[in-house]
Amino acid sequence: MKTLTKLLASAALATGLAGGAIAQDDPFQVGFVYVGPIGDYGWTWTHDQGRLAVEEAFGDDVETIFAESVPEGPDAERVIQQMVLGGADMIFTTSFGYGEATNAVAGQFPDVQFEHATGYLREHDNVSTYSARFYEGRAVIGHIAGHMTESNIVGYIASYPIPEVIRGINAAYLHAAEVNPDVEFRVVWVYTWFDPAQEAEAAQALIDAGADVIMQHTDSTAPQATAQEAGNVITFGQASDMIQFAPAPRVSSIIDNWGPYYVRRVGEAMEGTWAQSDTWEGMPEGMVVIGEMTEAIPEEVRASATAIMEGIQAGEYHPFTGPINRQDGTAWLADGEVADDGTLAGMDFYVEGITGEIPN
Amino acid sequence: MIVDPVTLIVALITISTPVLLAALGELVVEKSGVLNLGVEGMMIMGAVCGSIVAHQTQSPTLAFLAGMAGAAALSFIFAILTQFLMSNQVASGLALTLFGLGLAALLGVGYEGQPIPEVSKPFPEALREIDTVGPILLSHDFVTYLAVFAVFAIWYVLRHTRVGLILRAVGESHDAAHALGYKVVRIRILAILFGGAMAGLGGAFLSVVYVENWVQGMTAGAGWIALALVVFAAWKPGRVLFGAWLFGGIAALQLRLQAAEVGVPVALLDASPYLVTIIVLVVMSSDRARAALNAPAALGKTFHASG
Repeated sequence: MKTLTKLLASAALATGLAGGAIAQDDPFQVGFVYVGPIGDYGWTWTHDQGRLAVEEAFGDDVETIFAESVPEGPDAERVIQQMVLGGADMIFTTSFGYGEATNAVAGQFPDVQFEHATGYLREHDNVSTYSARFYEGRAVIGHIAGHMTESNIVGYIASYPIPEVIRGINAAYLHAAEVNPDVEFRVVWVYTWFDPAQEAEAAQALIDAGADVIMQHTDSTAPQATAQEAGNVITFGQASDMIQFAPAPRVSSIIDNWGPYYVRRVGEAMEGTWAQSDTWEGMPEGMVVIGEMTEAIPEEVRASATAIMEGIQAGEYHPFTGPINRQDGTAWLADGEVADDGTLAGMDFYVEGITGEIPN
Repeated sequence: MIVDPVTLIVALITISTPVLLAALGELVVEKSGVLNLGVEGMMIMGAVCGSIVAHQTQSPTLAFLAGMAGAAALSFIFAILTQFLMSNQVASGLALTLFGLGLAALLGVGYEGQPIPEVSKPFPEALREIDTVGPILLSHDFVTYLAVFAVFAIWYVLRHTRVGLILRAVGESHDAAHALGYKVVRIRILAILFGGAMAGLGGAFLSVVYVENWVQGMTAGAGWIALALVVFAAWKPGRVLFGAWLFGGIAALQLRLQAAEVGVPVALLDASPYLVTIIVLVVMSSDRARAALNAPAALGKTFHASG
């Protein structure tokens, strides 16, 4: 698939190149590099919704192209390079592992604008990074999980031990433990963003270990299906709404909403006002949205979760507000202190109360 | 007990079913002297056809048949290429995988996340709840039992029947089999179609029973593991079953150890099935005579009646 998509993409790019040579005022071409298939109904699907939003906003003035299931690593660099050679004026690379490849290509083509999702590397002036504060959403669903678990074991399917994932685990745990001091988090690392069978296996392993709430930081709907079959297990949609599993097991979701950012940045690039930036937006800006909370959640829990959500949206509440200790018991945040973005961006420790270890 | 052995065994049997089916199919294909590297492509065709038909007709039986038919149809392309047009089997097989993955993605557009009917289990709830024996022996899906039965059926047919003898003869020396009057091409095409149907059933099990959804790229390399399994098992059906359960067992165990918060290095556990494969391959190839006995002599060779 990977190779085939690339072949198709390069064929599309080749025609794009030929077209560009003929027409002088060709449309602004925007390329998207995806880590999974559009049909994952999760992470990549939401980025593609963003691409469609760009098409809708600018109509014939833009042309978008994309390559799906591009592996993180050297292959990514080739795909990005091909896109640029095919005439792309701006490129969004939508996975953490594309960081080095994006910067390498950006160095070769200073006139093309690059946007790297969830990354931190900006080695050239034409590279921006952007991410969403998913942990804000994790705080809300962690709160729901803490209330709803009866076995007091929450299962967490984690992808890779990187700050973004660890941040999510911490945010969810803090808000679950806040309402339920007995809650335990069991984290399973699957070392993939997208592998339905592996994700289903991980969900089953966690359910067999006694978990009655499953959270996931992977992209497919497979854990939802496993939970549905097990019964009496609740889940949360990840990246996209996964509403097809509502009202249960999916009781709510964290939705990534990239459209507004993509439209804004493409607009700036077309006008020539685009400048390097490091964007990190969350629920106040609407980049992270909480999906509908279903009837399966008790009414008072829905109300308190909504209160947390509104607090974050209004900018009045920060999910990492002290006192919070690190896992080893040392103090991290004093009473009332709020975590700074630098620490959050590089988070490599669990907070106090989580029993597992972060693999290295 | 840190890890509950009963749920572990149940999980490993379920996890290994798709790979087991595909590997058994490939074993028969290779026994006939054909190397079909398109298992991954055929599995995903089975997965997409199975889930489309399951969604449209709400019938799991039809879905499994559709998965088998879809993958067999794909394998027929390979059969035409390699048996009539004499093209290289390795290249054609790889092309089949790429084509299958692309075609499945195309066919599956619009079916992602569409509901699929629940597949009922063959044994009643009461039996499944018997302590220990119930979950391990009686809680599985029909296809899982079929896969285990196929291990014995294929072993018996290959070992003790005339059909099996002819198939093996074709795989060992197609010229000799041809001289004896056997239709080498026809036998190989039938073997390829059987391999396709088995891979398709494995794929359909994955989408209809296990993940209960069509997701693009969902086989995620299972077809390649099936191919490795055939070599690992030295072309013996019993060992394919053992290998499939071993691989499934390691996968299930490592997730459970993590869930139980046992401090084992995840990376090592993740790599362990591949380490085991390498060790087995080294041990096998250290004994030249035995390795040569097991591999079909005409494997991967193109047959031409005039030659």
